[in-house]
Amino acid sequence: MTTFITFLVSTVRLGMTLLFGATGEAITEKSGHLNLGIPGTMCVGAACGCVAESIYFTSVNGRMIPVLAVLIPIIATFIGGALMGLIYSFFTVTLRANQNVTGLVLTTFGIGISNYMIAQVKAEAYTFAAARKYFTAGLPFSKNLGWFGELFLSYGVMIYLAIAVAILTSIVLNKTRLGLHLRAVGENPATADAAGINVTAYRYGATCIGCGIAALGGITFVMDYLGGNWEYVIDSIGWLSVALVIFMAWRPSFGILCAIVFGAFYVASSYIPGINLQTKELFKMLPYLVTIVVLVVTSIRDRKEDQPPAGLGLNYYREER
Amino acid sequence: MKNKFAYTKRMICFAFSLFTLSIMAVLPASAATATDIGREYGFIIPVLAVLIAVLAACALLLVFLTHWTAKRVRRVRKEIAAVQAGETAKAAPAKRNANVPALELRHVTKTFGSVVANKNVDLDLKKGEILALLGENGCGKTTLMNMIAGIYFPDEGEIYIDGEPAVITSPKDAFRYGVGMIHQHFKLINVFSASENIVLGIKDGQKYKLSEVNRRVREIADRYGFHIDPTKKIHQMSVSEKQTVEIVKVLYRGADILILDEPTAVLTPQETEKLFAVLRRMRDDGKSIIIITHKMHEVLSISDRVAVLRKGEHIATVETATTDENKLTEMMIGKKVTLNIDRSEPVNPTERLTVKHITSVDADGVVTLDDISFTANAGEILGVAGIAGSGQRELLESIAGLHHVNEGEILYEDPTTGKTENLCDKTPLQIRELGVRLSFVPEDRLGMGLVGNMDIIDNMMLRSYRRGKSLFLDRKNPKDLALSIINNLEVVTPNEHTPVRRLSGGNVQKVLVGREIAASPSVLMAAYPVRGLDINSSYTIYNLLNEQKKKGVAVIFVGEDLDVLLALSDRIMVISGGKISGIVDARTTTKEEVGLLMTSDTRMNTDEKEDA
Repeated sequence: MTTFITFLVSTVRLGMTLLFGATGEAITEKSGHLNLGIPGTMCVGAACGCVAESIYFTSVNGRMIPVLAVLIPIIATFIGGALMGLIYSFFTVTLRANQNVTGLVLTTFGIGISNYMIAQVKAEAYTFAAARKYFTAGLPFSKNLGWFGELFLSYGVMIYLAIAVAILTSIVLNKTRLGLHLRAVGENPATADAAGINVTAYRYGATCIGCGIAALGGITFVMDYLGGNWEYVIDSIGWLSVALVIFMAWRPSFGILCAIVFGAFYVASSYIPGINLQTKELFKMLPYLVTIVVLVVTSIRDRKEDQPPAGLGLNYYREER
Repeated sequence: MKNKFAYTKRMICFAFSLFTLSIMAVLPASAATATDIGREYGFIIPVLAVLIAVLAACALLLVFLTHWTAKRVRRVRKEIAAVQAGETAKAAPAKRNANVPALELRHVTKTFGSVVANKNVDLDLKKGEILALLGENGCGKTTLMNMIAGIYFPDEGEIYIDGEPAVITSPKDAFRYGVGMIHQHFKLINVFSASENIVLGIKDGQKYKLSEVNRRVREIADRYGFHIDPTKKIHQMSVSEKQTVEIVKVLYRGADILILDEPTAVLTPQETEKLFAVLRRMRDDGKSIIIITHKMHEVLSISDRVAVLRKGEHIATVETATTDENKLTEMMIGKKVTLNIDRSEPVNPTERLTVKHITSVDADGVVTLDDISFTANAGEILGVAGIAGSGQRELLESIAGLHHVNEGEILYEDPTTGKTENLCDKTPLQIRELGVRLSFVPEDRLGMGLVGNMDIIDNMMLRSYRRGKSLFLDRKNPKDLALSIINNLEVVTPNEHTPVRRLSGGNVQKVLVGREIAASPSVLMAAYPVRGLDINSSYTIYNLLNEQKKKGVAVIFVGEDLDVLLALSDRIMVISGGKISGIVDARTTTKEEVGLLMTSDTRMNTDEKEDA
C-alpha cells in the first residue's frame, strides 16, 4: 500500500512537471506556432531560475525568505522562457522563418546555453538543494492525514500551480473572447486577420506566455522532481511535454489526467520489482508509444474538434496570395 | 517595392553578422572573467550582452520593416486631418444626406512589384443601390475591393465614405467605417460554430456570451429572411449556408456597405435566387451593395448600375436598365467579340468509351450514381448538364479511376491496338499503363489538378516525369511546354517560375487545361473548365476543346451554362440525382427541354446529404 502511494505521488510530481510544458506548448500551438523549441526553452528557463536562486542565496548569505526563495526563481524562469518565445516569434512571425527549423535550432541553442549557465554556478549547487525544501514543502496537515494527506496535500507549490495554470488556460481558451481570438489565429490566420484580429500580436503574446509557462516545467523538474540536482536530462522532459500536447488533444484541463497517465508510465519501472536496467528504459518509451496510438485513433475517428489547429506550423503574411 | 525588400534583406544579414560577432567577442572574455574572479557571476554580462544584441537587432529590423507602410499611413492621416481642419474652419460640418455617395474612390492606384493591379480608379456607390462590378479575370476587381475592405492599402488615391475621407489600413478600420466584405474564398473557421465565427474580432465592450450572440444572429436572420442555425459548426454546413454565415457576419457588425466577391460562383440557380432576394431586401433597407460576378444575366437581373473595369482601369459606370449584354461585353474586353462558338460536324464518330450500368454508393449509403449507361464517341463533344452535385464529379472520377464503382463496367476502345479494356476498379496508374489516356480537369483545380507551391514548369512535369529515362529530371521539354502554354493561352504571369498559387483563378485554369491537352489524350474530360473565367478566356478554352474534337478525341464536357452547352456540344447528356434523365441532340434541342430534364425525377438527394 505504501509503495503504491509513493508510486502515485511520484507519478503526480512528474506528471504535473510535464503538464507545465504541455500547457505552455498548447497555448503556443493554439496560436498556430508548432514550437519544437520547448525542450530548449525548459532548459533555459530552469537555468535562469537556478542562477537567480543562486544569486539570491549568496546575496543574503543563505538566509533566504521562503516566499522569495520560491518566487524569485519562478519569475526568473518565466522571463527566461518568455525570452526564448520572443526569439522564436521574431524569427517565425517577423522574419517568416520555417517554424520547425527555428524550433529545433532553439532546442539545440537552449540546451547549450543552459549548460553553459549552469557550469558557472555548478560550484554552488548546494544552493539549489537549500532552495529545494521550500519548493517541496507540502501543505499543512499533510503529515497527519495518512494516505489522504500523502496523496493530495503533500506536494510542493509548483504541482498545485501546474493544475491551476492548466484549468485557467482551459477557461481562457474556451470561455473568453481572448481565447476565441487566439484559437481563430491558430485555425485560420487569414480569417482572423480579416475579422480585425491582430495576428502578429496574438502570435507573439501566446508564444511568449506559452514558453514562459513551459519553462516553469523545467524549474519544477530540477527543484521538485530531481530534488535540487541539476541533471542534463531536462530536454527529454521537454520532448515528453510536446508528445503530451498531442495525447491531451490540445485541451489543458483534460491534460491533467493525461499528464498523470504519462507520469505513471514513465516512473512505473522504478516500482515494479525485479526488472533490470535495460527493461527500465523500455518502460520510459511507453508514453511515446501511447502518443502514437492516440494519434492513430484520433486520425481514424477524424473528429474535427480533436485535430490540431488547422494553421499549425504555417506562417502568415497578409499580402501573400 | 522589390528594391525595398532587398534593402531589408541586407539589413537582416547585417544584424546577423553583428549578432554572431558579439557572441564571438564576449565568449572568450566571459571565460576569462569566470576563471579570474571566480564566482562573481561575470558570465551574466555576456549573456545579457547577447540578449541585448538580439533585442537591438529585432528592434532595428522591425523599424525597417514597418517604416515604409507607416510613413505612407502617416502622410495620408496628416492630409486628411488638414482637409478636416479646413472644413471645420469653413462652416459647420455637412450633415449626412442621401445625395452623398455611400462610397467614393478617387484616383486609386495599387501595384504589386512591377504589376499594376489598379490604375487611377474612380468609382462611386450610391446609398441603397446594388452596383455590379464587371471585368475580365485579373483586371483588378478583387484587389480594388480588398483595398476598401482593408486587406490591401492603396499606393495612391483617396477613399471617401459618406463624403468623409477614410483611411482604411486594416479590416478593423473597414468595420469601423461600416464596410463589410464577403470574400470569394470564405473566411470562416471550420471548427467554430456559426455564432463564434460571427462574433470573432468584435470588441464591443459587452460580456462574451454565446447565447446572447445566438439570439441576435437569429434576429438578423429573421429580418432579412435567412435560414441559419447559430450553433451549427461550419464544417457541417453546405456552401450556401457558409455564405449565409459570412453575410450575417458583416450585418452583425452593422455594415452599411456590403461587398460580395463572386458570391454566385458556388451556388445552384435556386440558391442564387434566394441570395438575390435577400440582397434586394437589404437594398430596400438602405444598405449599399457591390457585387462581383461574371455571369451576365445575373448582372442584368440584380444590379441597379454596372461599373466596368478593364486591365485595372475603370472604363465606365452605366445604368443597368440602359445597357445590354453585348454593350457590357464590349466595354469589358475593349473589342467586339462574336458570341458564337464555331461548332463543326463530328468527323467519323466511332465508339471510344462505353459506360454500362454503373452504380456507385458513397460511404453514407447514398446512391451517387444510379445505373448510368452511355457512349462517348471519338471526334465528338458530349456535354453533361445537371444541377451541381447530381453526380457529375463521381461520374468523371469513376472513369478516371479515382472513384469506386459498385456495379457495371466502363469499356474503352484503344484506338492504337483496337482492343477493348475495362477501366472499372483499376487505379489511375494502371489505367495509364494500359495505354488508356484520360486527361482530367477536376472541378477543384488547386486541390486535385495542380500543386500550388510548385511553379508552372514543375506542374507540367507532374504528367511527364515518368517518361524520363535518365537519372536526372528532364526540365527542358516541360519548360518548352510551359512557355508555349503561357504564349498560346495568354497566361498572365511574371514568368514560368512563378508558383501557380500566385496566379489568378482564370490563369490557373488555363495552365491546367493547357497541360491536360498537351498530353494528347484520346478521351478528354473537363469539369467546369470555365468556372470563374471571363468571357475571353472561356472562349479560348472552348476553342481548345473544339480543336481536340477535330483531332478525333472523345471530349466529355461538364458545364453549367446551358447556352454554352447547347452551342458547343454535339450531344447533351442530362443527369439528375445520379441518374441519366435524357440524352439529347444539342443541335435540335432547346434550353427549356434541357432545363426540364435537369429538374425531372430529382430524388431529394441533396437534402438527404445535408441532413446526414
